[in-house]
Amino acid sequence: MRFWLLIGGFLVLVGLLAVGLRLDPREVPSPLIGKPAPAFELPLLQQPDKSFSQKDMLGTVWVMNVWASWCPPCLVEHPVVSEIARSGIAPVVGLNYKDAREDALPWLKRNGDPFKVIVYDAAGRIAIDYGVYGVPETYVIDRNGVIRYKRVGPLTPEIVQKKLRPLIEELSKRG
Amino acid sequence: MARLLSLFLLVALPLQVIGQEDPGLERRVTSLAHELRCLVCQNQTIADSNAPLAQDLRNQIREQLKAGKSERDVIDFMVARYGDFVLYRPPFKAATVALWAGPFVLLALGAWLLIRRVRKKAPPAELTEAERRRAAQLLE
Repeated sequence: MRFWLLIGGFLVLVGLLAVGLRLDPREVPSPLIGKPAPAFELPLLQQPDKSFSQKDMLGTVWVMNVWASWCPPCLVEHPVVSEIARSGIAPVVGLNYKDAREDALPWLKRNGDPFKVIVYDAAGRIAIDYGVYGVPETYVIDRNGVIRYKRVGPLTPEIVQKKLRPLIEELSKRG
Repeated sequence: MARLLSLFLLVALPLQVIGQEDPGLERRVTSLAHELRCLVCQNQTIADSNAPLAQDLRNQIREQLKAGKSERDVIDFMVARYGDFVLYRPPFKAATVALWAGPFVLLALGAWLLIRRVRKKAPPAELTEAERRRAAQLLE
């Protein structure tokens, strides 16, 4: 009896440890899910005299990708982001974060520009409103301008396959 | 001596300049920054961290306090964007009950088990007549 109690207790501890080790402390649940996307009116990266607002996307399910030329994981995920844009499931808006135009523009030339538009947040001020803390970050925003999903860190084909694509399809079906 | 003094001034002056703007405001910024977690390097507060985001957030705090916002407003601003996780001292609410109460529950449980164990170990029974005789024999 006593022996089995000890073994049982030990197994519970092992179980807790196994679960605990699998949790990612970087995955901070965003309080922004289900909330309207914070408003912005930012100049475009490529055309500084033009500006773009999140309101311009109302009525469309869209993806917002926060990136910077100085961010190596952004380069790693770039093919995945490009693939989302190419597949046409949703337009991808880029938010260029704390970058310099003279670095960002050559980066796009080298790696391709899959974005519908790219807004330029040089001071990172809008990114704070979006709770950005580790580029790259990706958001899915629905037709009504509500944030439905947030990913901190690079997108992978698995995440797109299992989470992003089904979510976007479902949100698009909903009128 | 004069050289030493000028050396001292050289070192001390820049420090003065940094704190010059408004020491009261800076103190409030720093004390708030000590309450908020830097999400880039999660085991540091934004007061301790040199990550660019921590600097941005410190500036954000300064701006807001300067604009007349209260400490509460700034904390609400951060929580709205980064969640409770940004608070270095997590709030007491339904989701964090286990976190706050857990150690005390475990302590109480341990104390209860210990007391039960100690009580169970009843004092040794009186010696029987035979044992007493044997003890006396051994002692002699």
